[in-house]
Amino acid sequence: MVQQSIGERVLRKEDLRFITGKGSYTDDINLPGQAYACFVRSPVAHAIIKGMDISTATAADGVIAVLTGEQVAEDGLGSLPCGWMVHSKDGSEMKQPFHPVMAADKINYVGEPVAIVVAETFLAAKNASELVEIDYEEIDAVVDISSAQSAADIYPEVPGNTVYNWELGEKADTEKAIREAAHVTRISLTNNRLIPNAIEPRAAIADYNTGTQDLTLYTTSQNPGLARLILTAFVQIAPEHKLRIIAPDVGGGFGSKIFVYSEETALAWASKKLGIPIKWTAERSESFVADAHGRDHVTEVELAMDEEGHFLGLHVKTIANMGAYLSTFSAAVPTYLYGTLLAGQYKTPNIYVEVDAVVTNTAPVDAYRGAGRPEAAYLLERIVEVAAREMNLDPVEIRRRNFIAPSDFPYQTPVALEYDSGDYEASLNKALEMADYDGFSERKKEAASRGKKRGIGFSCYIEACGLAPSQLAGSLGAGVGLWESGEVRVNATGTVTVLTGSQSTGQGHETTFAQLVASKFGISIDDVEVIHGDTGKLDFGMGTYGSRSLVVGGSALSKAADKVIAKGKKIAAHMLDSDVEDIDFEDGEFRVRKSNQSKTFQEIAFAAYVPHDYPLEELEPGLSEKAFYDPANFTYPAGTHICEVEIDPDTGVVDIIKFTAVDDFGIIINPMIVEGQVHGGIAQGIGQALLEQCIYDETGQLLTGSYMDYCMPRADDLPSFEVGMTCTPCTHNPIGAKGCGEAGAIGSPPAVINAITDALGIMEMDMPATSERVWRAMQQAGGA
Amino acid sequence: MYEFTYHKPQTIKDAISLFAKADDGIYLAGGHTLIPAMKVRLRAPTDVIDLSALDGLSGIHEESGALVIGALTTHDAVATSEVVARAIPALNKLAAGIGDAQVRNRGTIGGSVANNDPAADYPAGLMALDATIRTDRREISVDDFFTAMFETALEEDELIRSVSFPIVESATYIKFPSPASRYATVGVFISRQGGQVRVAITGAAACVFRCTEMETALSNNFAEDALDSIQLNADDMNGDMHASAEYRAHLCVVMAKRAVASLL
Amino acid sequence: MSITVSLIVNGKAVTQTCLENTTLVELIREKLQLTGTHVGCDTSQCGACTVHMNGRAVKACTVLAVQAEGAEVVTIEGIGVADNLHPMQSAFKECHGLQCGFCTPGMIMAAIDLVNQKAELDDQSIRKGLEGNICRCTGYHNIVEAVGRAAARMRE
Repeated sequence: MVQQSIGERVLRKEDLRFITGKGSYTDDINLPGQAYACFVRSPVAHAIIKGMDISTATAADGVIAVLTGEQVAEDGLGSLPCGWMVHSKDGSEMKQPFHPVMAADKINYVGEPVAIVVAETFLAAKNASELVEIDYEEIDAVVDISSAQSAADIYPEVPGNTVYNWELGEKADTEKAIREAAHVTRISLTNNRLIPNAIEPRAAIADYNTGTQDLTLYTTSQNPGLARLILTAFVQIAPEHKLRIIAPDVGGGFGSKIFVYSEETALAWASKKLGIPIKWTAERSESFVADAHGRDHVTEVELAMDEEGHFLGLHVKTIANMGAYLSTFSAAVPTYLYGTLLAGQYKTPNIYVEVDAVVTNTAPVDAYRGAGRPEAAYLLERIVEVAAREMNLDPVEIRRRNFIAPSDFPYQTPVALEYDSGDYEASLNKALEMADYDGFSERKKEAASRGKKRGIGFSCYIEACGLAPSQLAGSLGAGVGLWESGEVRVNATGTVTVLTGSQSTGQGHETTFAQLVASKFGISIDDVEVIHGDTGKLDFGMGTYGSRSLVVGGSALSKAADKVIAKGKKIAAHMLDSDVEDIDFEDGEFRVRKSNQSKTFQEIAFAAYVPHDYPLEELEPGLSEKAFYDPANFTYPAGTHICEVEIDPDTGVVDIIKFTAVDDFGIIINPMIVEGQVHGGIAQGIGQALLEQCIYDETGQLLTGSYMDYCMPRADDLPSFEVGMTCTPCTHNPIGAKGCGEAGAIGSPPAVINAITDALGIMEMDMPATSERVWRAMQQAGGA
Repeated sequence: MYEFTYHKPQTIKDAISLFAKADDGIYLAGGHTLIPAMKVRLRAPTDVIDLSALDGLSGIHEESGALVIGALTTHDAVATSEVVARAIPALNKLAAGIGDAQVRNRGTIGGSVANNDPAADYPAGLMALDATIRTDRREISVDDFFTAMFETALEEDELIRSVSFPIVESATYIKFPSPASRYATVGVFISRQGGQVRVAITGAAACVFRCTEMETALSNNFAEDALDSIQLNADDMNGDMHASAEYRAHLCVVMAKRAVASLL
Repeated sequence: MSITVSLIVNGKAVTQTCLENTTLVELIREKLQLTGTHVGCDTSQCGACTVHMNGRAVKACTVLAVQAEGAEVVTIEGIGVADNLHPMQSAFKECHGLQCGFCTPGMIMAAIDLVNQKAELDDQSIRKGLEGNICRCTGYHNIVEAVGRAAARMRE
């Protein structure tokens, strides 16, 4: 038996099925008698539906039914809800437009579903979808964020197209700090809109059983438990105990599969209405228009400093685009997940942030890898770099001068969070060494001799992960709790079945959680099976986002495993004729202290299920325990990313020569998996910084609606990454872990842009730094 | 994809007659432009005429001072051909940069040439090498062939049999790919033969074109700095969200200089 | 209209009836129920559908099923099994070259053809050789490592 303990690079248990083509993604599943759905989507961004004729489509070959938004309204389905209530400065509630499952009378973005065609084959459904005739009376679309608030209202219930004006921090103190400062650095920036693009498109099969009246929804979800709650409590699609959500293997999510969308909901409703199973798989062009997008902020920032470059105040004003409707998590993203992060790694005493969230005639915008935290890190690390240049300080030195020191923890920021632990200098120092900062000036000279402009950029990011203490979240307006559930079932033979409310979309939960539980019990990970993704098997769980799986879900499993051990000790005490206080559990054995009497984990498991020699008067048989874990605080992973670029002055092409990331994720269960998460996050961050940009034209048409136009990072766009770790354990969860899923995407974009501006000796550069943008910047700077 | 009728003729004659009978027929070679367009329902032919069974349309050989590439020869076959490497290695390089590996395993020179995508690579090679397009009924000089965006001198039912490239002293192709689609934002093909220089540019404008300004300058003085004073008019260039007309005009000169440098 | 297609898939002769507008990937996934080959886009770019046709990597979404008449097709299910994995499969696991696994079958099939075709591969040529396959999870770092490791073993 090989014991795999915490901290080992254990190969993944889930890989065998994926590398042999035996995974089971939603589209791989087919139910007997299933029909196929195709959605009719609006080709225009903003319009009144004057009329709709479904008669030709309904009569077409193979068509079972055409169901419309009007019928959704007649059936009284609720609005797809936003799970977070944000209040404006004046205390008023955010203005939330009704988000219909399918549009009945008005269109608010290109791609909005208006009808669902159900047919015997997908081809028949698609052919018929083109026969639905809709009369649209177009209205001018509101697309541009900066002018949205002065444009005509999209919804009467959202005046000024403004969902909320939110603020955090001390306004007067911050303004005073800025007025009185020796130096104030000011920048404006855009955080470019992105399209998540998990490679598995969203898909679902809804299966309503007319006999049992159970509704089962197979779907590409990061959080089947949460989806069930929303579909039950808000949309009222079916009672919670009659609704089962199954998320089988899910091919990437990055936030986009958190949300409860129109399509899956309409499918469930249609299946119930028609009494047949119905399948829908998005085509990629549908994913582009109908998956929630990410980021999309415009921001102005001021940073006040004293003569030595100590930060005195930070003032941030942001307009955040919500798109046409408030998607499931959206309201929290540019507020609680953004404004609260603006202290970064620095002891800035005064911080004030105001955020106007606006609606536009574009696809809904919601959480995408990092969700709010990349936007915070980006503005902060950009302005810190500009400040260093304006103050003639080394960019490393200005950061050191302002770091929160290890002795300052726990550290209360001026923007609501209390950081529990960290050592920012340790990560910075390690990154500097790995990136060979000392040798940079030589490398710059050598590059210049080849006609290239070389630059180096830094980013010392922080994030808040492990969403979230439920009471804090509730006080901030969350509609749900943010704990996680876990169950550890020890089988009679001593193997273990672990059930978790966390949901893998590729993070390797089946391995990490097995490692965690196996190490608790001193057994092999081969003897541990992790089950997730089925509300029919699991307790209610909250799912995976915000780097919360190990931190919250793993903590629940840790607690459940502790309960198993506690019960095992009682059984062992009985069997070994000892007191429970005298039983130790170590390396898979229950042992009477200071004796050679012991029982193995397997013997105790067997005794629990075959209780012949068992304290039945005190203990129930069986060895299966559950736990719900609600975190006491967020966790605060942090680190330093350093990017080194070379720019071709003739073309503006940016080549990333070296990318170094040093992160503090606290205790790490599986370094291989953690490094993989960092790699993937960095790739998405570099994608944002150099390549990716969602573009709508002024009429609200999506111009970047395929991989021909939306630039996904390919293998040859990226370098290999240098990844290192430091460790200050989280102080408040049983594992000491902080979470690692989003750090790469948070830390990397400012490092890339800072490297480019360093290479060119300029202050401004928007993302994505396309070759043309960089070339134009050189033209303007006269440096080409 | 809409429904269509599929045909697989064995002879060119049959292919042409099937085309004549079809309401809206289309020839299928490698299919790597046609099938994607049909999948997203931008093309809806009634009849698809698969050319893959036609004899004698693929293969590469040398023939009296020319390199002849059959219409159904895949990009990968051209990219890896030793015959091409001996005759015009610039065409190995051009073909090796089309699309991606899987696309090159299916896509053909005939399909690419007949389609005349303004951002395709082959048209630049044909133009700069003064190629001749041999069809089922005639030979067409490249200077008369690429007529406008997605338009060629081919008659509706006319089939390319092969492309004949005169073997030149030296040639090269330099491409600045669009980062998303990997098509040419700008691609510059330069050939030299007997003091004459031909420069063809793809990606930059509505259709591949010969840059006579560069040709004259380089014929006089084949050196990078011969292009220093050349500025292409941005008004003649494509401008889109990936690259403005001005940037494309600039890139044409930069890529041309790099091509020249690599030939020195 | 329906049409009959005969081909060899993973060494086994199969004959299927399908519509003429059926793509090879639809035939593989829906008719033959070999769901290891995936579809990630509709513009022939992501490479999730990559299979081998007559020994070369192709995007099965951009080949009509009828075009595969008489062809030998190999999918991810045909290159190795649990107790006898192809070196590329093993290397992807050993190097953590996959996360969600969705692009993985296509990536493995493309990588095998790459190694078969190129006598020498370094990191840069591996990256270039995989430009027809998009992965959103791994950042490609470990994929490049896996392909390098598999290439060495395949040449042993």
